[in-house]
Amino acid sequence: MHRITEKIVLSENIVKTVFEAPEIAKKRKAGQFVILMIDDKGERIPLTIVDSDPVKGTLTIIYQVVGKTTDQLAQLEPGDVIQHVLGPLGHPTEIDGFKTAVCVGGGVGIGVLYPIAKALKEKGTRVISIIGARTKKMLILEDETRGASDELHVTTDDGSYGFHGFVSDVLRDLIAAGTKIDRVFAIGPVPMMRVVANVTRPHHIKTLVSLNPIMVDGTGMCGACRVTVGGKTKFTCVDGPEFDGHEVDFGLLMSRLRMYVDQEQEAKERCRCGKND
Amino acid sequence: MTEPEKTDKKEKKERIPRQPMPEQDPRLRVTNFDEVPTGYSPETAVLEAKRCIQCKKPGCVSGCPVDIDIPGFVRLVADGDFLGAARKIKETNCLPAVCGRVCPQEDQCEKLCILGKKWDPVAIGRLERFVADYERNAGTIEIPALPASTDRRIAVVGAGPAGLTIAGDLVKMGHDVTIFEALHKSGGVLIYGIPEFRLPKGIVDAEVEYLRKIGVKIVTDAAIGRLKTIDDLFAEGFHAVFLGVGAGAPVFMNIPGENFSGIYSANEYLTRSNLMKAYRFPEYDTPIAKGKNVAVIGGGNVAMDSVRTALRLGAENATIIYRRTKNEMPARAEEVHHAEQEGVQFKFLTNPIEYIGDEKGWVRQMICQRMELGEPDESGRRRPVVIKGSEYAVDVDTVVVSVGTMANPVIPMTTPGLDTNRWGYIVTKDETGETTRKGVWAGGDIVTGSATVILAMGAGRKAARAIHDYVMSL
Repeated sequence: MHRITEKIVLSENIVKTVFEAPEIAKKRKAGQFVILMIDDKGERIPLTIVDSDPVKGTLTIIYQVVGKTTDQLAQLEPGDVIQHVLGPLGHPTEIDGFKTAVCVGGGVGIGVLYPIAKALKEKGTRVISIIGARTKKMLILEDETRGASDELHVTTDDGSYGFHGFVSDVLRDLIAAGTKIDRVFAIGPVPMMRVVANVTRPHHIKTLVSLNPIMVDGTGMCGACRVTVGGKTKFTCVDGPEFDGHEVDFGLLMSRLRMYVDQEQEAKERCRCGKND
Repeated sequence: MTEPEKTDKKEKKERIPRQPMPEQDPRLRVTNFDEVPTGYSPETAVLEAKRCIQCKKPGCVSGCPVDIDIPGFVRLVADGDFLGAARKIKETNCLPAVCGRVCPQEDQCEKLCILGKKWDPVAIGRLERFVADYERNAGTIEIPALPASTDRRIAVVGAGPAGLTIAGDLVKMGHDVTIFEALHKSGGVLIYGIPEFRLPKGIVDAEVEYLRKIGVKIVTDAAIGRLKTIDDLFAEGFHAVFLGVGAGAPVFMNIPGENFSGIYSANEYLTRSNLMKAYRFPEYDTPIAKGKNVAVIGGGNVAMDSVRTALRLGAENATIIYRRTKNEMPARAEEVHHAEQEGVQFKFLTNPIEYIGDEKGWVRQMICQRMELGEPDESGRRRPVVIKGSEYAVDVDTVVVSVGTMANPVIPMTTPGLDTNRWGYIVTKDETGETTRKGVWAGGDIVTGSATVILAMGAGRKAARAIHDYVMSL
């Protein structure tokens, strides 16, 4: 059982939850994730660890409310518990040996990007971050990301804040201006990661993307999270979650993410109805 | 039931026939997930037990991987002492309700029963199940007296059949035993793999509860290799480690289109249904595809479990696709028989080579090839050979790939000094399961590759004795 110690609504439907998981907090490195299951009838969902406090023994997650489980998670307040948390899972992000790295984050993906930017910065890397959201009030972790970056660019799709456009537009401009980039980390919605990978491909700038497919056990046992990378099948839980963005079949990833769209809708509606009883 | 070939005239009159197992009607049972065989009544059990001729040198015992005193417990059943019979089995087998259901008795104890030479063997598995169920339902499960503590701590990784067995054995020797399980529930394949209709989960829970009562500590949600390495466990003060982590990684065929939506590994399909209870969606949150045309690729027990699950989830056509013939199928005859009764279709000498998806990336068709049997291969079974130009398309909306499993690499990857073979299975030095790493033993599927529950339990038992000797020498 994992007691929740803090909950903050970051934007309209993006929530930050901090909960106790002392052993995971000791071991966790940037880029790793947990599988959590709220109660014994719940679904097992993967969420990347945004931060950990080994002294307090807590983990921080940031998630967007998209389905029944994330909705239920967002209802939990300090003192409530999450029944099961498994982790830390997946390979940590490789952060050594880059002079300049560009961290590109979109939407709730900024939550996952921030600890990577922070870890890179601690290694002495020059970090340029580009973060974006659909609109100003959906932008999260701006100050935190700024603190972990040498240079920060902010974009909104509707122009309500920062640069009017996409994160990929700013990246394209940076490359065009001759910025020497050793590595790009791109984390966000699948279409954003695909576009970023397309921007860097002609320039041969290695671009890592962090994938968040549907998972069940998270230990390599089921293959629900399989993705095609460079024409080969990989399991995100044990081979990832980060892969070479130039090799990932994003179309397949998107269609597999939509596999249970009807059931998810049904579950969410029932969950909502229950609340009105 | 097969007719006896020759029957002694005198005995023909009096001989009691092997008692059939009562079962749910096939038409009814495909509509539910309740257990198919309903179990012997006390009267039937006594009648069946009386068939045993109490051999002086019982063949059945030598066929049992955990050395159950079979004539001993069968005699107690014949005498009506069902609780005594349960205690007798539990001297060497801590999971009788499980083994009575899922052991391939026809290849083990019952195969060597002397009655089987002329007539049908004693139904040892059904009797084992009966006494275990009787004891559980009577609510009189006895907690044995435990020896004084040895102050030796042993870590068991994986709460499947091997791990549960060794934990029970070691705790009964006075050791302090902790099981680490990655999933949120204990039982391993008994919980995530074998369906409710073959092994009700309440039974597994009861057997796990028994282990807790006798002092086994179980830590779930613990991914050893990630949360803690084997080195960490020794650093925490464990004196020995047993790895019973199973051959958990699914094998795919690497054919075009295999990652389309609607295509599952058997592990995923069964885990969703069994562990996560997706068959009770939306009461439980985990969904599963409820296909109309379901193809299950493979001919083993796991394939039978998958295809029978598909029927119960409402499939109109649930079909086994197998590249050899019925004779070469590795599944137990009983499972194949149950599947046939329930309306499963079988396409033999058929192999998929490609999947076709729709615009949403969902599987819609499977391209198959016809096969014929050629010369025997290294397994002794005749090798399937492709018939050129025989490709044809079949409409499917759900596919379950059940062509085997392989070793999960996480623990070997994170444990220095632990050797694996070229398939990734852990190398053991002898039949106790001692590995190349000092103080570490391994057993079950992570050593042998996919096998049976009872063989994993046998491995746990052998390692328990060796670990006991080792920790007592420290």
